[in-house]
Amino acid sequence: MYDVAIIGAGVVGTLIARSLAKYELKIIILDKENDVACGATKANSALIHAGYDAPFDSLRGQLNAKGNELYTQLSKELNFSFERIGSLVLGEGSEDYKTLERLYENGIKLNIPGLKLIDREELALMEPGVNVKFQHALYAPTAGITEPWEVAIAACENAMDNGVELRLNYAVNSIKKDNFKYRINDEIETKLVINCAGIYADYIYSLISPNQDRVKLSARRGQYYLLDKSASNIVKHILFTCPTEKGKGTIISPTAHGNIIIGPNSEQVQKDDTSTTFTGLFEVLGKARKMISEVPVELNIANFSGIRAEPSTRDFIIEESNEKRFVNVAGIKSPGLSSAPAIAEYVTDLVLQIYQRESWVVEKNKVFSPLRKARYHFASLSSDKQEHLIKLDPRFAHIICRCETISEAEIVDAIHRNCGAKTINGVKRRVRPGAGRCQGGFCGPKIIDILSRELNIDRTKVEHERGGSYPIMKERKYEKL
Amino acid sequence: MKNYDVIVIGGGPAGLSAAFEASKSELKVLLIERDKCLGGILNQCIHTGFGVQIFKEELTGPEYAERYIDLIEQSNAEVLLNSMVVEIDKVDRKITVMSEYQGRLTFTYTALILAMGCRERSRGSVIIPGTRPAGVFTAGAAQYYTNIMGDKIGENIFILGSGDIGLIMARRMTLEGSKVLGVAEIQSFSSGLNRNIVQCLEDFEIPLYLNHTVVEIHGDTRIEGVTISKVDENYKPIEGTQQYISCDTLLLSVGLIPENELTRAAGISIDGKTKGPVINQEMETNVKGIFACGNVAQVHDLVDFVTLEGARAGRNALKYVLRYFQNRNLTIEKESESRKELNQEIGINISNQFLMVSPQVLKRELLDVSQEDFQVMLRVSNPMEKGKIIMYVDGVKFKQFDKKFLTPGESIHLKLSLSTLPNTANNLMFELTEV
Repeated sequence: MYDVAIIGAGVVGTLIARSLAKYELKIIILDKENDVACGATKANSALIHAGYDAPFDSLRGQLNAKGNELYTQLSKELNFSFERIGSLVLGEGSEDYKTLERLYENGIKLNIPGLKLIDREELALMEPGVNVKFQHALYAPTAGITEPWEVAIAACENAMDNGVELRLNYAVNSIKKDNFKYRINDEIETKLVINCAGIYADYIYSLISPNQDRVKLSARRGQYYLLDKSASNIVKHILFTCPTEKGKGTIISPTAHGNIIIGPNSEQVQKDDTSTTFTGLFEVLGKARKMISEVPVELNIANFSGIRAEPSTRDFIIEESNEKRFVNVAGIKSPGLSSAPAIAEYVTDLVLQIYQRESWVVEKNKVFSPLRKARYHFASLSSDKQEHLIKLDPRFAHIICRCETISEAEIVDAIHRNCGAKTINGVKRRVRPGAGRCQGGFCGPKIIDILSRELNIDRTKVEHERGGSYPIMKERKYEKL
Repeated sequence: MKNYDVIVIGGGPAGLSAAFEASKSELKVLLIERDKCLGGILNQCIHTGFGVQIFKEELTGPEYAERYIDLIEQSNAEVLLNSMVVEIDKVDRKITVMSEYQGRLTFTYTALILAMGCRERSRGSVIIPGTRPAGVFTAGAAQYYTNIMGDKIGENIFILGSGDIGLIMARRMTLEGSKVLGVAEIQSFSSGLNRNIVQCLEDFEIPLYLNHTVVEIHGDTRIEGVTISKVDENYKPIEGTQQYISCDTLLLSVGLIPENELTRAAGISIDGKTKGPVINQEMETNVKGIFACGNVAQVHDLVDFVTLEGARAGRNALKYVLRYFQNRNLTIEKESESRKELNQEIGINISNQFLMVSPQVLKRELLDVSQEDFQVMLRVSNPMEKGKIIMYVDGVKFKQFDKKFLTPGESIHLKLSLSTLPNTANNLMFELTEV
């Protein structure tokens, strides 16, 4: 019997798990995919919004402001990359200027630090490449960039280091209530359920409350370009087009690893449609070209799209549902990633309140460690450190990925940690082989061999991404004469 | 830290040939290869067709490589396998190497030869919308799985791009028992060698869809199909010409790019057209003592030309080292400054009927004075049955070359001699007109 079952291992679910691990609770995270961070967490703009955008009196506004603040400490504890490079919302005419002023005032109400409306001159100094027609900008120095999936992976790893269980490839198809416990798939018993199932949170809630109309989600898809590192000099800050009804606009931004990300647009689609389209990509490119005239699209290395869960309420739904001890954390659209650390604290308080109401006792976890061991990033270490590591494990000197200079030891480490990599893309998200310009052309076969060896599975059973996505169909067995 | 006179990075055909030439001396030569054996990509090219120019016979890739590996083994060049160069320090003439069995190593050099080859363009570089399932491979990766690993990667295969590797793989997959459903080519012609179109597609009745491209990839876990479409002259898909092809594998043969991570990091100038370092006729880059050859300098059509280029780089690196020790008092910077003043370099330009030219600069003060003659290698942008190439020197028509059956897939080699150029020459320009 578990105390808490968290459904959904995205950045929200994993951070909640990690936050709850600070208490003496038996926690399990369930996810239908073969890795954590496989939904919205793996495909978004990869930035931490300063927090001026969402209305000051909304949950989104408050949690974004708080979440942004929390990222400094969180990134240190969990050792993921996070850099406050600052953002600029670009304004063209007087209409845009009004919007910028509105954002500024909203941001001031939320105590967003350092917000500043700047003119053309200052803008040109900060971003010389920006189109001259932009006369104004809203500068937010606290906006930052990170690797969203790594935030979730790190949170999950740290949660597991502190005793949380993770069950992958586990789709939740039934939830039943039985006095003071819930039974998931007639198998897992838990006192509390926390529903962080992303775009499927409405489905999960309906399993226990078939006639519910509280959590109604529609899917909004955004498409992106990812440019090679040699494009990295085109912008230094996160550039936004002026926000509209549909969202915070399109961005051009450096990524945590020195690539350039461009996107998203906003389209209503089916829940599982993460394909890209010519129309969508052209729309994104058109918007980017309005911001800076020279977009080096020939340096594109990948396109992808991500789904945001758009709630009918237009705000995050984070509450104990009508079903007691069943907590919905739903409709976590943008700025979900930015808000996630604050959502985790908010949900932890909710859980503690429920415990108090039910007169259940919960103690602090005295052995909780907030620290997660950093990845090695071998290539960026000093020569002394490199030599030291090679002495400990000679596989550090075996470079597998040419584009990103990743060693075998780093890959093996990424596989064997808690919440380790099990797929080719799982390895890619953790330590980046395949994320560079060759997109796995050279290292792909080697990654398959390493996964096969380390996980003790057949090479034909190594998955590219989702369950069943096998690159190799068959190993030929040549008869030996 | 060990010291070498010449270090060659990359043990494929360019590096093998360069190291062999450089080792025809008392100089200390080191050849560094990332893989566990020499030969580079030739090892996975088990088809024939290599060596027609040099050996006048058709060898397989491994056979061709073996001839040079044998030479290297008999030479005094040292070989370091399983080792990847991660940094070039051009100021201290030092490289850092990660070696699988020997750890982190540093070496100094007097001359360095870049021979890292090229890589394939991926799905991202051509932008194919759709889902992102397994079963989408670059043709070279598919060749590796098939020929080196002995894997079966697909049953029903579609190929985008009719570059040579794509054509070769169409035949290879057919021989492996898979069904190759067709090859789409966005241009109105194939950029592959004509013999490959005949031997790899026509002989196996594999359809070639010219003016077609893949506009969407379908499938969730494994690819289930592609939508192809006819394109107009601007490569834009034409509405109403879409066609769904059910397949479990898509191979991409959409171009090769010189692999210049190290080159760029070392601050060596890159040519916008070849995407390799700017080189002169002695294969030297703009950094004194650093040479480049083979597909790292420009993507070649035939391995024979790669070998010849490697030899030229090796020979000149050798001369460079000898001269370097003779003129030790002269600092490198001073040397290059004085050269500039004397206007010792001649630029080579091309009109846009050409895709690229190599070399991009000519130097007058040769390392190897016996090498007055040199070749200019050109690639045309579009096929042309008959054309004349006009060479201008400082805007004045200098020479004309009449050529037949020009195609982007095959390089044009023009023989020139430095001594025939006027002393005042500043700039060469090549133009092409259809006859």
